[in-house]
Amino acid sequence: MYKIAAVGDRDSITGFASVGFSTFSTDDAVEAKKIIRSLANSQYAVIFITEKLLQLIPEEYDRYKELPVPAIIPIPGVTENTGFGLYNVGKFVERAVGSDIIN
Amino acid sequence: MELINIKRKLATARRGHRLLKDKRDELMRRFLILVRENKQIRREVEKGLKEAQAHMAFAGASLKEEIINTALMLPKQEIFVDVKQQNVMSVLLPEFDIKYKSGDENDIYSYGYAFTSSDLDMAVKSYADIAVKMVKLAEIEKACSLMAGEIEKTRRRVNALEYIMIPQYEDTIRFITMKLDENERSATTRLMKVKSMMLEKVHRYSERGEQLD
Repeated sequence: MYKIAAVGDRDSITGFASVGFSTFSTDDAVEAKKIIRSLANSQYAVIFITEKLLQLIPEEYDRYKELPVPAIIPIPGVTENTGFGLYNVGKFVERAVGSDIIN
Repeated sequence: MELINIKRKLATARRGHRLLKDKRDELMRRFLILVRENKQIRREVEKGLKEAQAHMAFAGASLKEEIINTALMLPKQEIFVDVKQQNVMSVLLPEFDIKYKSGDENDIYSYGYAFTSSDLDMAVKSYADIAVKMVKLAEIEKACSLMAGEIEKTRRRVNALEYIMIPQYEDTIRFITMKLDENERSATTRLMKVKSMMLEKVHRYSERGEQLD
């Protein structure tokens, strides 16, 4: 049985506690890195992380990119949304096809 | 002989090339379908989250922070996922099956209604609604990411075979064949020369003033 986690600033993720995601609030890149590593090693299949925070630690995202679990998924936070999530999907297409052909 | 070996290798390379090309095309087809779904579901999730966050903001404005924290401190419902792996064209894609801790999945309110406002109820409800979709998004997005990686790898292999391995083998084969042909021709000429020399010795054509044929 795998669990689901949400990582990000407090305002963005408190709501997820109500549906039973484990929430870890942080604003700091180094701390977020540590959290993600420990989550990846302890039965978490899905880690939702705010776009803002994920953009600070792209190397952690790349590290788990090729593994089936955990899935690290960017979600918009309360503030400072950059549309990174959709941009990231475009990146997949770019990687596979050569250019982003789907709008 | 080396020529036979290389011809065999070329045949294998050609077959591998064809197979990999088929694999790439099929992966690409599935990937494009999946990616479209991914984009759509992501838009929905982002919209839903925005709503949920707006409700939460309302709740935060009308209630004290401690009250919200206490209300959400011990969640009643917990979502687990069962991870299964699905093999699509030799890419292992995870499948997330949602499991609820308590039997009733609508049993989401972890607090009495006395000290909280309806905004909080709305927020919790919208979060619960969006959670299922988010897990779905996670599954699809992971699949897309893995497939994109696999397609990239396959494409590289196809190109390497098509533009490097196969032409190299063809060049080598051409070189060896030409060299062998050349050897054969020179052997024939040598034989002809030897034959004419022997005839010359036996019949002494030149002394009789006759022409060699």
